[in-house]
Amino acid sequence: MALMLKGAHAVDPQSSLDAVVDVIIEDGKIAKVGEGLTAPKGAEVVDAKGKYLVPGLVDMHVHFRDPGFEYKETIATGCRAATHGGYTDVATMPNTDPVCDTGAEIRYQIDRAHAAGLCRVHPIGALTRGEKGEALAEIGDMCVEGAAAFSDDGHGVQSAGMMRTCMEYVSMFDRVAIAHCEIESLTENGVINEGRASTRLGMFGWPALGEELEVARDIELCRLTGCPLHVAHISTAKSLDLVRQAKAEGLPVTCEVTPHHLFLTEENITNSYNTNLKVNPPLRTQSDAAALREGVCDGTIDCVVSDHAPHAAHEKDCEFEIAFFGTIGLETTVPLLLSNLVSKGKLGWDRFVQCCAIKPREVLRMDPVTISEGSVADLTLIDLEAKVDVEESYFESKSHNSAFLGERLHGAASDVFVAGRRTLKDGVVA
Amino acid sequence: MLSVKNLIDTNSLTADDITQILDTARSFAEVNSRSIKKVPALRGRTIVNLFLEPSTRTRSSFELAEKRLSADSLNMGGSTSSVVKGESLADTIQTIAAMNVDMFICRAKLAGTPQLITENTDAVVINAGDGKHQHPTQAMLDLYTIRENFGHLDGLKVAIVGDLAHSRVVGSLAPALKTMGADVTLVGPPTFTVDDPTWFGCPQTCDFDSVIPDMDVIYMLRVQLERMEGAAIPSRREYNRLFGLDGVRASRMKEDAIVCHPGPMNRGMEINTEVADAARSRILDQVSAGVATRMAEMYLLLGGENNGIDA
Repeated sequence: MALMLKGAHAVDPQSSLDAVVDVIIEDGKIAKVGEGLTAPKGAEVVDAKGKYLVPGLVDMHVHFRDPGFEYKETIATGCRAATHGGYTDVATMPNTDPVCDTGAEIRYQIDRAHAAGLCRVHPIGALTRGEKGEALAEIGDMCVEGAAAFSDDGHGVQSAGMMRTCMEYVSMFDRVAIAHCEIESLTENGVINEGRASTRLGMFGWPALGEELEVARDIELCRLTGCPLHVAHISTAKSLDLVRQAKAEGLPVTCEVTPHHLFLTEENITNSYNTNLKVNPPLRTQSDAAALREGVCDGTIDCVVSDHAPHAAHEKDCEFEIAFFGTIGLETTVPLLLSNLVSKGKLGWDRFVQCCAIKPREVLRMDPVTISEGSVADLTLIDLEAKVDVEESYFESKSHNSAFLGERLHGAASDVFVAGRRTLKDGVVA
Repeated sequence: MLSVKNLIDTNSLTADDITQILDTARSFAEVNSRSIKKVPALRGRTIVNLFLEPSTRTRSSFELAEKRLSADSLNMGGSTSSVVKGESLADTIQTIAAMNVDMFICRAKLAGTPQLITENTDAVVINAGDGKHQHPTQAMLDLYTIRENFGHLDGLKVAIVGDLAHSRVVGSLAPALKTMGADVTLVGPPTFTVDDPTWFGCPQTCDFDSVIPDMDVIYMLRVQLERMEGAAIPSRREYNRLFGLDGVRASRMKEDAIVCHPGPMNRGMEINTEVADAARSRILDQVSAGVATRMAEMYLLLGGENNGIDA
């Protein structure tokens, strides 16, 4: 059935579009974009006046816990959360049980997502077997089955030699290596940023250097091997500078940041020991967060990702030092970016679209999606007036461990179209 | 009355709170010197000693303090508790709290555990040491000992020496001393220093010898021998040579300066016998003060005179 989105403010830097237009969707594709269009006969007309229309959003760093930890999240519930958050596509990290390190595991996720029928899931395969950092995983097999990228996310690949082998091997496929940068001999036992917070709360510190040294190493391995490198969840100003410098040298290096590293700092962890603020890498200092926000605005940071990390209540309702690392984020990333940056005029819509739609597709080697005739109709409609009260009842995710519980935000996705199919309608998941 | 409901950390205590605790402890010290060392102050009150990691001296001190206040106490240890059986701390606390207890004394190896307990019970919680975070009752007995010796705390110069990085003692003692107007200097090898000394607002140095002559109190921290595995220090012998308080170093102390140690001591490592047993050592006074100050803390937090009970 045909569909017309009427009167949305469409933003798509790829088609130099920044105007109020009508968009007609037919057979899963965009049939026409223009002003004052007439709806085809029998078409459903969606009044999008006052809303923003952008290419479908992509979160390239989520954990769906399926298989192995279905009590935290399944591919089906994760897809509901993604859709509620405004996404048409997500990329899932391989630290499931078993670890996603074979083609069969890649195929399983794609099939399960297809059965769920909401957003597309692009599995990321492990670099090393079992994410143990010891032997290459079947990267070619996974590519054939549809792996979008490769990463041992959750751990750094500790051996420089092993990481070199991984990057050399990945370089023969058109895929990026995504690096979780953490040198375990520096971060062992660390649960909180090393410095004032670790001293104040009496817990072992996770120093900035634990990340920065591995970012530097992997940039050099990128130079050596030619394998494109994507730095996951960058958390410090120095790491960002290293990426900025690598980009200036023309190396194929990209990076991503999470909303919690943009909008929260170690100071938010008070002596109430809120375990939802225990994340890996840890929340850093105010100057780190300010540098990261600057990096999003100036384009040094390519993508904003949630690092959606669901955990059951009993894994968080405990002592901070033994609580699991991670916060959910699929359903708060867009509201946070809109409330804290876009609505305040700090981040332009074009940069928002770059970070949340265009760049993630490039990094994951997906086909581009544009708001122009012939493009697949993967679209997200955003309502800046929508109120988001971040509380447990708000979430579609199976877990509620959000670092932002209690926040009152403005602006959220109201509608999502995946190949023309309306998966989110007026803020409600189909 | 204290300004806090629970005793979790010393940062929350005002100078008035600390003074109240130390003054009240003085009357309990008098009780402890009698032949009949018991008052009915907390008769009918139930106190749970929840010791989630091994402790001998702190636990004995609390148990004696409870007995001398006539409280009923229940001991739960890490090896016997349901925590070992996989029950969450919250469930353990809610279960015990459902039996209507008045107070939890908690020793834990994880920082923030006492705070978590407060979120699961209305009973009063006293932190008896949590991880490498805080040990406020140790700080109170230390302040009591120092104040009894000098008659005051303000203006005193105190060096806290040793494994600062893994010490809950410094976490509580340094802020409490600062609140009472003392000057604190942190001393230790760089592998044992705190991540951010500006949090304590104290200078931090590795030159022990240069600070010795200026100090009124030299407080030697226990080196946890298990910490040596990470090669933070090369050997017991070298640590003693560089940071051990031996007779030669002690001879350079001010004439009326005193030596403290929270115990248990590693003789021949952070402190040598000729100093530990010397006249200027207040180490056993600290132990005595522990019972009196803990009695004071429990008494004040359970209502004190406002609750119709007298010291």
